[in-house]
Amino acid sequence: MYSAIVFLPLLGFLIAGGLGRVIGARSCEIVTTAFLMLGMVLSWIAFFQVGYGHQGAELVDLAPWFISGGLRVEWALRIDTLTVVMLVVVNTVSALVHLYSIGYMADDPSRPRFFAYLSLFTFAMLMLVTADNLVQMFFGWEGVGLASYLLIGFWYDRPSANAAAIKAFIVNRIGDFGFALGIFLVFTLFSSIAFNDIFARAPEIAKGSFHFLGFDWPPLTLACLLLFMGAMGKSAQFLLHTWLPDAMEGPTPVSALIHAATMVTAGVFMVARLSPLFEQAPFAQTAVLVIGAITAFFAATIGLVQNDIKRVIAYSTCSQLGYMFVGLGAGAYSIGIFHLFTHAFFKALLFLGAGSVIVAMHHEQDMRKMGGLWKSIPFTGAMMVVGTLALTGFPFTAGFYSKDAIIQAAYVSDREGHVFAFLCTAIAALMTAFYSWRLVFMTFSGPPHWAEAEAHAQDISDAHKPQAGTAFAPAADTSHEHGHGPVHPHESPLVMLVPLAVLALGALAAGFLFKGVFFGDAAEHFWNGSLVFKDEIVKRIEEVPFLVEHTALLMMILGSALAYWFYIVNPSLPGRLAAANPILYRFLLNKWYFDEIYDFLFVRPAKAIGRFLWKEGDGRLIDGFGPDGVSARVIDVARGAVRLQSGYLYHYAFAMLIGVAGFITYFIVMGAR
Amino acid sequence: MMATALPSILTILPELVLATGALFLILTGAFQGTRSINLVNGAAFAILVVAAIATVFQTSETQTAFNGSFVVDDFARFMKVVTLLGAAATLALAIDEMSRQLQKPFELAILVLLSSLGMLLMISANDLIALYLGLELSSLALYVLAAIDRHNAKASEAGLKYFVLGALSSGMLLYGASLIYGFTGTVSFAGIAAAVKGGSGPGLMFGLVFLLAGLAFKISAVPFHMWTPDVYEGAPTPVTAYFAATNKIAAMALTTRVLIQAFGTDAAEWRQILVFISIASMGLGAFAAIGQRNIKRLMAYSSISHVGYALVGLSAGTQDGVNGVLVYMAIYMAMTVGTFGCIVAMRTKDGSVETIDDLSGLARSQPAFAFVLMVLMFSLAGVPPLAGFWAKWYVFSAAVDAGLVPLAVIGFLTSVVGAYYYLRIVRVMYFDDGPARFVPLSGVLRAVLAVCGIVVILFGLLPSPIVMAAGAAAKSLF
Repeated sequence: MYSAIVFLPLLGFLIAGGLGRVIGARSCEIVTTAFLMLGMVLSWIAFFQVGYGHQGAELVDLAPWFISGGLRVEWALRIDTLTVVMLVVVNTVSALVHLYSIGYMADDPSRPRFFAYLSLFTFAMLMLVTADNLVQMFFGWEGVGLASYLLIGFWYDRPSANAAAIKAFIVNRIGDFGFALGIFLVFTLFSSIAFNDIFARAPEIAKGSFHFLGFDWPPLTLACLLLFMGAMGKSAQFLLHTWLPDAMEGPTPVSALIHAATMVTAGVFMVARLSPLFEQAPFAQTAVLVIGAITAFFAATIGLVQNDIKRVIAYSTCSQLGYMFVGLGAGAYSIGIFHLFTHAFFKALLFLGAGSVIVAMHHEQDMRKMGGLWKSIPFTGAMMVVGTLALTGFPFTAGFYSKDAIIQAAYVSDREGHVFAFLCTAIAALMTAFYSWRLVFMTFSGPPHWAEAEAHAQDISDAHKPQAGTAFAPAADTSHEHGHGPVHPHESPLVMLVPLAVLALGALAAGFLFKGVFFGDAAEHFWNGSLVFKDEIVKRIEEVPFLVEHTALLMMILGSALAYWFYIVNPSLPGRLAAANPILYRFLLNKWYFDEIYDFLFVRPAKAIGRFLWKEGDGRLIDGFGPDGVSARVIDVARGAVRLQSGYLYHYAFAMLIGVAGFITYFIVMGAR
Repeated sequence: MMATALPSILTILPELVLATGALFLILTGAFQGTRSINLVNGAAFAILVVAAIATVFQTSETQTAFNGSFVVDDFARFMKVVTLLGAAATLALAIDEMSRQLQKPFELAILVLLSSLGMLLMISANDLIALYLGLELSSLALYVLAAIDRHNAKASEAGLKYFVLGALSSGMLLYGASLIYGFTGTVSFAGIAAAVKGGSGPGLMFGLVFLLAGLAFKISAVPFHMWTPDVYEGAPTPVTAYFAATNKIAAMALTTRVLIQAFGTDAAEWRQILVFISIASMGLGAFAAIGQRNIKRLMAYSSISHVGYALVGLSAGTQDGVNGVLVYMAIYMAMTVGTFGCIVAMRTKDGSVETIDDLSGLARSQPAFAFVLMVLMFSLAGVPPLAGFWAKWYVFSAAVDAGLVPLAVIGFLTSVVGAYYYLRIVRVMYFDDGPARFVPLSGVLRAVLAVCGIVVILFGLLPSPIVMAAGAAAKSLF
């Protein structure tokens, strides 16, 4: 069964990718979606068997991969509670996204390719979460990176999509470099990369020290920091986050699946999986905590002012990933994973809802050109509201349980920096509520701005550029060209609405249903040793002061009220506020100028060095003295050799005599024996 | 002594077949004239094949005849089979070519038989006298063959040049032989070997240098190669193929036997000459071929460089080295015959063409033909997994084992340079637009090309028949 869960998507990928042209787009859609549906059902069965049936961790051996010296790597599926939780998340969202894509991509000519990539991604993600050792995890890690690259650049005729794909890949390489170094270090320390060996020996190894860069490091701290670097890249944490908003260039279902629900959570999963290591490295845990807190805060601030509907959700994702890391860093691994679990539902819901809005608006993504859509697409609107409620942590929705628990865990944690993390996450909760409702209000209520836009035309690509000036005020300037003519918003087809409904169900009920097993009373048995579960944190959470317990709720109400005040009661306020604080506004709108700083610090110097090496190093030095120079000399020699062949008989005879004379002279000079 | 002078017929059976066959065909041709052309050609081909079969079935024990001046061992048998097969294949090309021309000289087939007989004698020569006799018998026939198209000025020029320079080289060879005889007091290789064992003085070395000069002329090694491009270009294409595919093999066999059997203990001395000749041949062959437009001239330089590669193996002076030489020559024969088969097939309605540009666009008009030529070019360039690569691999690894690493490295570098002109032909065929459209290939040509192509491709998969035979042959020399 477990093999089927993992390899069905691979089969789907091979069929859709290899035979796509033969069997046609419709067959590809049906085959891949059916496989994923089957995988989803099996995953849920596995979830209940392992999680509730308390089946112990199981190892499914597939094949040896390679053996090199002391390094022995096996293909094996590690099935424990953490894995089945991820299986459920990945396969459920993936199956729904496959289904949704049938509607969303209906007009695209290269659908077989799209579905093949989606299935490839799912396979790689499943390899990642079922990995039994670091190298197999790295395989899945790189596999999802590849699939992400391919899907971001799916519309490869758009330069912006190609640039975004390359950016995502390169930023991820930085993280992956750290991950790889971490694997090397783990192997150096443990002489093994299998999880069982590592976890068993972690406490013993932690006592040693490791010399690196002229310092003696606690070995596991160094290893965990390096591994966390990989997680930062994949999960778009502060400093390595810049690729995630740009990744929204991909089709919206891709954003929902890869850049919200699954791949970006791989880093969270990895830290949770390696929790026995991180437990031995308090400093690394603090780093996780602080980085997560900064990300949660900083991404939320940017989300406040973005105008592209997908970018708002993208920064929201970034921020929520920060929450997850705060949970992990605080030592409450199960809570971090719980947030991952619930987040997958409501964030996928929001993205797919946004996709539905975008389809309704004829691929318009700028919220300033929307408004008043409630009447045209009520179902989508309702689903978006559900997602928003869950994201903001409205009582009894999924986010209410998981996010509150993280904020409280940060409060009660005994790691350094936990107060900082508590403050960051609490303020971020306020901002989360604000930007989420802002999105809903700008999109669904108020006067319809697309009606005005009918007369004017509008260029799609403008939607991707942050526009300085009056972003708080809806649609002030309208001097754009529109490629589609008049807009008539319409509800999406049923095939797109069903996944929304299913996800909405998850967004409402997942927290309520599963809170107990993830970190409640049954948690110890549920996790069954698949990650480090610390009972005392849960106990301490139950004893927090009243104000702390209700911080998140308070922040949510405050943020929602502010959004209501800004966008419904007094719509001119945002514009005036932006005008009053131009520097702050621009700072946020331009995403803290991270892209510009990186461009200046890294991209330009790298390009300059590259250009220098290309023109001077390769062109002049290597080509000049290498291929070009050699080939020029060869031609000279060839010309000389041809000239020797004069055609005169006496020249030929002369050459022969010279040859004999030469040899004889040689022997006279050298002296024969 | 008188009793042993009459050899067993079986020992000299292949030579006997060739000799009697040639005499018989001369009479037939003389009496019946041009009418007998088909009979003579067919019979000559059959005689070559029969001689080859007879050689294969000779006993593998070493036998001598004519008072020890004629020896048949595994080495001789291997080289004879290769030579006879090459001769038969090139004769087939000649018959095909002849069928399209007005001039149908029946002498051609007979000259091929006679020169082949000379080559067999060279291969089996076991003393200096037999060496010279075999060499001259084959050379005299070859001089005439080069000029057989006597209405063509270029062919006549080629024959004349070959004759004059050949006479010069014969003179050097004879001078060397007489010096060797003078310093050792014997003409037999065994006797020379015994004399050399005690150390060779400068006089003997002089003799060896002159002898080698004469042999180097035959295998067209630098600096005794100058005749090669002119003769290869001027002579009719099948004759050129015959020069390249058979004469070199016999001369290489003779060189190997002289150096290993007569001067084997003196390897340190002659190795210096061979290394120089080898490097010069590889280098000049690689560089000069780049400037050629005529494909026959190009093949002349190509053959010069291939001799250089074979000499790399011989320079090693070891059994492995000789093994490499044998494998190299066998594969070289297959590649050369195939390539010249392609050149013979370069025939438009208006007659034969022989520049490289005439091949442009061939891949579109005659893909199978272009494919075979491409395979042969890749093999000549030494691209794995084709036979040409393995041939080089055997000689280079033997050289490396013998401590001649620099030589092997130089050989590798020149083969990189050489790859350029082979690949240029491929490029012209596959990437240039052009009108190349040759008349359809005859059945004979198709058969020759197919066999050579298959040998070249399959050697990498099934090397054992050739390599095992070559191994046994190399062993018999030591």
